Amino acid sequence: MQKTTRLGVAALGALLTLGLAACGGGSGSSTPSSSGGGTAAGGTGTFNAALTGVVDPSDKKGGILKFANAGDWDSLDPGDTYYGYSWNFIRLYGRSLVMFKSAVGKEGNELTPDLAEGLGTPSDDAKTWTYKLKAGIKFEDGTPVTSKDVKYGVERSFDKEVFPDGYTYFNDFLNWPKDYKGAYKSKGVNTDSAIETPDDQTIVFHLKQPLSNFDYFAQLPATIPVPADKDTGAKYKEHVIATGPYMFKTNEIGKGFSLVRNPNWDPATDPNRKALPDGYEVSTNVNADDIDNRILAGDLDVDIAGTGAQPAALGRILPDPTIKANTDNPTGTRLWYTSINGNVPPLDNIDCRKAVEYAADKTTLQTAWGGEFAGGQIATSLLPPAIPGHEDFNTYPPGADNKGDLTKAKEALTACGQPNGFETNISYRAERPKEKAAAEALQQSLGRVGIKLTLKPFPQADYFALYAGKPGYAKDNKLGLAMNGWQSDWPDGFGFLQQIVDSRVIRDTGGSSNVSVRDPEVDKLIDQAMEQTDANARNAIWTQIDKKVMDDAYILPNVWAKALLIRSKNASNVFVNDAYGMYDYLGMGVK
Amino acid sequence: MVTYIIRRLIWAVVMLSIVSIITFGIFFLVPRLAGATPEDLAARYVGRTATEQQVKLAAEQLGFNDPLIVQYGRFAKGIVAGADYNNGPSVEHCPAPCFGYSFRTRLPVWPDLLDRLPVTISLAIGAAVIWVIAGVATGVVSALRRGSFFDRAAMGVALAGVSLPIFFTGMVSLVLFSYGLHITAPGNVYTPFLTNPLTWAYDLLLPWITLAFLYAANYARLTRAGMLETMNEDYIRTARAKGLAERTVVLKHGLRGALTPILTIFGLDFGLLLGGAVLTESTYSLPGIGKYAIDAIGYQDLPQVMGVVLVAAFFVVFANLVVDLLYAVVDPRVRLV
Repeated sequence: MQKTTRLGVAALGALLTLGLAACGGGSGSSTPSSSGGGTAAGGTGTFNAALTGVVDPSDKKGGILKFANAGDWDSLDPGDTYYGYSWNFIRLYGRSLVMFKSAVGKEGNELTPDLAEGLGTPSDDAKTWTYKLKAGIKFEDGTPVTSKDVKYGVERSFDKEVFPDGYTYFNDFLNWPKDYKGAYKSKGVNTDSAIETPDDQTIVFHLKQPLSNFDYFAQLPATIPVPADKDTGAKYKEHVIATGPYMFKTNEIGKGFSLVRNPNWDPATDPNRKALPDGYEVSTNVNADDIDNRILAGDLDVDIAGTGAQPAALGRILPDPTIKANTDNPTGTRLWYTSINGNVPPLDNIDCRKAVEYAADKTTLQTAWGGEFAGGQIATSLLPPAIPGHEDFNTYPPGADNKGDLTKAKEALTACGQPNGFETNISYRAERPKEKAAAEALQQSLGRVGIKLTLKPFPQADYFALYAGKPGYAKDNKLGLAMNGWQSDWPDGFGFLQQIVDSRVIRDTGGSSNVSVRDPEVDKLIDQAMEQTDANARNAIWTQIDKKVMDDAYILPNVWAKALLIRSKNASNVFVNDAYGMYDYLGMGVK
Repeated sequence: MVTYIIRRLIWAVVMLSIVSIITFGIFFLVPRLAGATPEDLAARYVGRTATEQQVKLAAEQLGFNDPLIVQYGRFAKGIVAGADYNNGPSVEHCPAPCFGYSFRTRLPVWPDLLDRLPVTISLAIGAAVIWVIAGVATGVVSALRRGSFFDRAAMGVALAGVSLPIFFTGMVSLVLFSYGLHITAPGNVYTPFLTNPLTWAYDLLLPWITLAFLYAANYARLTRAGMLETMNEDYIRTARAKGLAERTVVLKHGLRGALTPILTIFGLDFGLLLGGAVLTESTYSLPGIGKYAIDAIGYQDLPQVMGVVLVAAFFVVFANLVVDLLYAVVDPRVRLV
């Protein structure tokens, strides 16, 4: 009997004993992150210190930085990537014509030459832009970089069948030959009407219309040179030929990759990069909660997405001042908002739209988006604070407690002939619980003045293409309100506003992020801004556009997104760059 | 026996063909019935920024304008004979079995699945060994000591094991054992068995135990119930009357009789796990079939999802075939004809 008891206990404890027995065996692949010690989370840091200064400044070289991504890159190919963190990270292995400074806060918004000797030289009323390349820049295999490699990089990015993830700025603005289809399908076609390379060091861009801020285009990853003889099209992302201080050592798409030093990167040609670590290890598709836990434990350095800690980790960080002291809470260049569709009656009446603006409870909206730290700062206009042209104004004051002005809302309803309110639908992306929560918050707050909202979830993959962003569908299905969000492609008014307020980007076939703003005056102002070469005058126009859209009540701003970033225990030179709204990956080193 | 196996293999092929037709129908017929156009399907392949003309061209080139039967024929042909894909500067051949290209990663699905299979197999085998040993042993002892403290405690733990979700036990285990006590590997690590068997086991220990905890609980309860029933059978009394040792009575006569339903469940469980231990792989960020599946679903990457479904179906069918063969070994009354 005793024997069987022992057997039973042993069986029950099998899991534990097995576990303990094996614990002593080998260190596995769980090597500690980076070299050097570093202060433990909750050590000597100060909350938000990296927003205004460099935390743990150091010029020490060596060590490996470990990054992890809860998702995966859209693509590592410079011609096919549209994620903010990717544009931040790509500077480690690629050099574009110009780039954002690797600097703290607003200074990071400034453009500085990278491949080019200086910023672009405009001519022909800003329809032509010329860049001179620095001498001595090479690919990782030692081949010199020429202007033709830059031109080829832009040409190949034209093909949206091969590179579906990228932007279309060059496709839309350069003066391409008629029926041009990109470097592969239009091989041999003369493209000098769009891009000229009079010599190996000079590249000239010809635009269809004046564009005063083309330097922002020149910082796009598509201007990172690609050697035509090494281009493997859709497979190029498996081994991008580096021009930056690091090159790919391994790359397993869907799992991760590692970078090592590029022996053919010459620091003499590159004042922008310190290249402190010896390399980078990046894991993709990692459990988001596990990423937070590993950074807090010092096993990992950076959550590359830069979108902040998950709710589970927030519960540990925010109540604990010592852990919180080693975090930063930047306000990004993303606006979460609600589109108010003037095509859907009775919202075709401006006073009905104003009623929505006045009745919204901004506090419940903020809570729905994740609260003060992980959700965002209550937004009163479109342009986020980090973008030049932002001005503090509030067209529809929601009262001192931010819970909405119900008196004004009712007056607006009376003015639009709906004194008892009206019914309409509100769409959101079904896979996004925060959008649903925000829609529910609006349902509650607008219900106080008789505006009855019915929630309509749609799959996010088709949200703009087939539903909220398809004008015919939205009108037929009475999608009066649509949850929406937009992050600036770069920190200027054009990068933030053009795609969400220019009515000319709306297509009957759907797909546009602008689902509500249709104002010819706004379109005219955008054209004026694009032609204005004086930055201050241009920023004033963006402010004017912001105010005009708010006056029209086509957009109900919810919050400017914030994220709680956890500072690595092992990284030096940690600071937030406003251009990306996250830690600057170019500046970091290992303690 | 050989005839039986051949007949089952033919049925397996038929079953997989049916699964592929249903899967294809779900992804390509149902959207059409719901009003999606060929351009809507093609839009996923060319991204949001593509022009209308580019989307139309893609729909034509991808064959979405063809009748569904033609599209399925092309898909099936790819599996048995391979297919060609344009990657920009050149045309690439995707050798059989070609499940198509992911429209997100632009990589062929089959090599991805093969690459991830060892992780899932490693996870499933290790966990299965633990849960079968722990679960069955606990069940046997609980049955023999019915109503004892051990029985009550073991069944209580078993109930907790069945009730607690893996993403919870996994996360708590990681925080406690990996990041707190530093005695197990952190998440997102996997070393191939052939590279270093010790490291392989160390990296997978916590996922094994977490996964096994869930299944062991179930198996303990099943074994206990089976043993209680079997130990009351006449032939057990006969065995005891013959003067056989209690250990022989329990293990050779009692357990053997109780094993048949366990084996059935094991076949299904193990087959499903080989098709992807979604929660465990996601919690521990293990790059296996399950993580691949959940990512593919998240990105709505249809070729990847279809590949996973077919591989999972294959393993379930195959595991059931193996279990049916094992019936004959466990239970002498079973004859395979």
